[in-house]
Formats: sequence, C-alpha cells, structure tokens
Amino acid sequence: MVHETLAATNAIVTLDVPLPGIVWGWIITMNMWAKSIGTGIIFLTFFLLKKYPEQTGFIRFPSAAVSFVFIQIFLLFTVVDLHQMFRFWHIFAHPHLTSAITIGAWMATAFVGLLIGMLYAIYMKKDVAMYDKLLGWTTLLAIPVTLYTAGLMAEATARELWQMPTESAQMILAALLAGSATMILMGGNKFSDPIKKDLGLVLGFSAFAAFILYMSEYIFGGMKSEEVIATLAFVKGGEYTAMFWIGQVMAFLAPMALVCLSLKNQSYYLLKIAAVSALIGLWVSKHVWLVIPQLLNMS
Amino acid sequence: MQLGFLVDLHLCMGCKGCEIACKVENEVPLSTWRLRVKYVDVGSFPETKRTFTPLRCNHCANAPCERICPVSALHYIENGIVNIDKERCIGCAGCVMACPYGAIYIDPQTQTADKCTYCAHRVASAMMPACVVACPVEANIFGDLDDPMSNISKYIQEHEGNVQVRKPEKGTDPHHFYVGGGNVQLNPLASFRGEGHNLFNKLTHLPLGGHH
Repeated sequence: MVHETLAATNAIVTLDVPLPGIVWGWIITMNMWAKSIGTGIIFLTFFLLKKYPEQTGFIRFPSAAVSFVFIQIFLLFTVVDLHQMFRFWHIFAHPHLTSAITIGAWMATAFVGLLIGMLYAIYMKKDVAMYDKLLGWTTLLAIPVTLYTAGLMAEATARELWQMPTESAQMILAALLAGSATMILMGGNKFSDPIKKDLGLVLGFSAFAAFILYMSEYIFGGMKSEEVIATLAFVKGGEYTAMFWIGQVMAFLAPMALVCLSLKNQSYYLLKIAAVSALIGLWVSKHVWLVIPQLLNMS
Repeated sequence: MQLGFLVDLHLCMGCKGCEIACKVENEVPLSTWRLRVKYVDVGSFPETKRTFTPLRCNHCANAPCERICPVSALHYIENGIVNIDKERCIGCAGCVMACPYGAIYIDPQTQTADKCTYCAHRVASAMMPACVVACPVEANIFGDLDDPMSNISKYIQEHEGNVQVRKPEKGTDPHHFYVGGGNVQLNPLASFRGEGHNLFNKLTHLPLGGHH
C-alpha cells in the first residue's frame, strides 16, 4: 500500500524535475470517441439490415455517410495530435509492425476504402447487393479497427490501469453504445417499434456491461497493483472524482434507466434523451480513463 | 556486445555533474532532461539522510518504447543501445506513454521524442558517455555486459546480491543497474512527491513543449 510505504519510509522527494504534464489529452479522447461512433454505426447497420431487411433499407446511405464522417474526424484528430503531423506518412513508408499504431493506421485506411466503396455502391451505382457485400467486410474490419486502441493502451507498459482484456471489451461496448445511440438519433421516427426496442436493448445492455467493467476496475483494480491504487486515487476523492462520476452517470446509469422507462412507456423521446446522454457521457468517461494514469510520476 | 550502465549509489553525492555534462554534450533544451539526479530525504529529525539517484533511460532488452514506436524511430543498435532517429520520429508520444521509467520526453525544439542514448555518438568513437567522464567519484560505470572482464561485469559480480534494477516487475529487462539502491530510491511510489516548492525551483509541471 502506498500510504503504508510512505509511513514506513517517511521519505519525501526534495529535488526533482517537475511532474510531467498530460501527454495524451482531449485530442486522443476525441479520437477514441469518434472512432466508437464510426465503427459502432456499422455494427448496428449490419445487425438491422440482417434482422429487418425490409424495413431498414433506407439506412444504407446515411449510416455509411455518418460512419465516413466520424472516421474522418477520428483520423483528423489522430494526425493533429502528432507533434510532427506532416510526417504521418512515415507510418506507411517506415512501418514498424509490432506497433498497434502502425497496424491501426493501416486498418483504418482500409476501413475508409471500404466505406468509400459502400458510398459509391449505394449513391452512385444504386447497387444494394454490392453495398451489402461490402458491408459484411466492413463490419468484420470494424472489429479490429475498434480494438486496436486497446492494443495501443496495452502496449503502454507504464500505465498499469490499462489492461488489454478490459480495454478491448470496453472498446467494443463503447462502439455498441455509440452506434446504437447514433442510430436512434439518426433514425428519427422512421423505425418500427420492434426496431426501436432492439436499439434500446443494445444501448441499455452495452451501458450495463460497460458500467460493470468500470466498477470492477474501480473496486478491485487496486488489489493487484500498487500503481493502480495510486491511479484510482484520482477518481476516489482526487481531482477527477466529479468528472468520473458525471461520466458514469451520463454514459451508463442514466441511459440504462431511460431505456427501461422508454420500453415501459413506449416512448421514443426518452430513448433519444438516453442516446444523447450516452454519447456525451462516453466522451467524459473515456477522457477520465485516458488521463488519470498519466498523472502518476513514473520516476 | 551489450552495453550497460551501473550506478553505485553509495558513491553518488548528488553533485549533478553528470546532469550538466549530459545537457552540454547533447544540447538538451531547457526544461527537459535526458539524465537527472533525484534527491529523496528519508527519516525523521534527527535521524535523517538524503539519497541521490541518477535517472536515465534503462536501454531495456525488452523495450516498450521500441515496440510501440510506429516508425522504428526508436531502434536497437548492434551494441544494445536503444537509439532514436529524430528525423524519422512523428511525435506520436507513444514511447512517452510506454516507458515505465519516465525517461522519454518531447523535445520542445524539434517536436520529436528524445532520451538518453548512452551517448551513442561518443561510444561510436570509442569514448565514454559524457556523464561517466564528468563523475568525480566514478559512481557511473559503463561497459560491455557480455564481457566478463569489463569493469561493469566485475562490479556486478563483486556486488552480487546488492544489484538492483528499477521496476523489475514490468519485464523490460533493463540494462541499467544500481548498487546500494533501496525502495525509496528506485520506486517512485515509495516517497511522497508533492507539487510546489522543491529545493531550487518552484516549477510544478513539465511543459510539453508542443503546440497542444
């Protein structure tokens, strides 16, 4: 335990360099958030077109367009975060294949290619069969595109809080949460009640599962690592406590409750509020989880 | 050949000569450090003592920074040094996030990652790193870990049982050793680190030197 150690040693740093600042800040949060929407909307499009092919044909173009826009936002913020942004092409010219950044950049590029193909198929050629064929591959690729950030966080050996199994589950759940929320907002009142119910269930269950993971880390994370205790102290009475709980309530607790109420009352309006809350809360939750491990002094 | 470093903390007196020599040799900009000496005060008055710990890149055999670098800007050279190609670096800061020792920073002048290279350019000319030359008490010992007759190998053999590395649990296999180090010197969580006034400065946060 950190505090026991301090009491035992009674040691204090009296001269050192200043504490490091936040290296990956809100730009990376934007990156992850936009990617969750960009890939999540593809998951939900695939699901709806398979389950309700007759009723959901109209989502083909808007979902591909929304995914394309948010993947562009994700890529923009990825490049903007580079301190040498005009050298981003080095990732393709001098690739290092052990890096999740390299693999992620390649996959995201292929993903954009497939999205362009989908948009071409549905908008220019009006070819539904071609669109659906490309959608299958795009959905498959959306899985590793979603997961690679978890791999990148896992490769950050210094940050004990980020473990691959938890982060990969969180990334997929974030995509489902963001995808269903965006689809709810995008669909307007064009969806039938069973589709609204399904979207509400995806939103509610992904919020529920993500909340369980966060709480598991919050309660049990520190039992395995001294560094995680020190990291979680920033959300257990530390400077990020309020932000952490705002994120948890908005992203997970409020959407869960609102989904239950909307299903009970058949209210699509409540579902839309749940979707907005989930999207805002997801940004806040991701930001807190991104920042707190960086507040620890590594040396 | 596998070059490595050893610091005998019994000998280090915190003069910071190594820190200054490194700054001058490598033209390290203001507010950034490739090598620094941390002071930790231990105990309660009158039973107190001050410890000095030089901290630099550990040149790990299993370096997280090398693994995460998307463009191989951080790379191994044949003598085991983890070197950096600043012309190739894109400044993604993945290495800064990955290094468990906080040894890498973004150079505010070049906007690229930078760290101790064991003075690879001097080593290539058969010279010792600048910090080794500057140390008045020879607390810094540098040499080939693969050569059993090198000074560093002999030193490790002589002090068997009292040789430590930082954060061994990370599995990075550092090539930077300490003799006489304890939890307080080597574990950043074992000592209180307050913000605000230190002995010689009032700085609280390291400016990233970037544009964001």
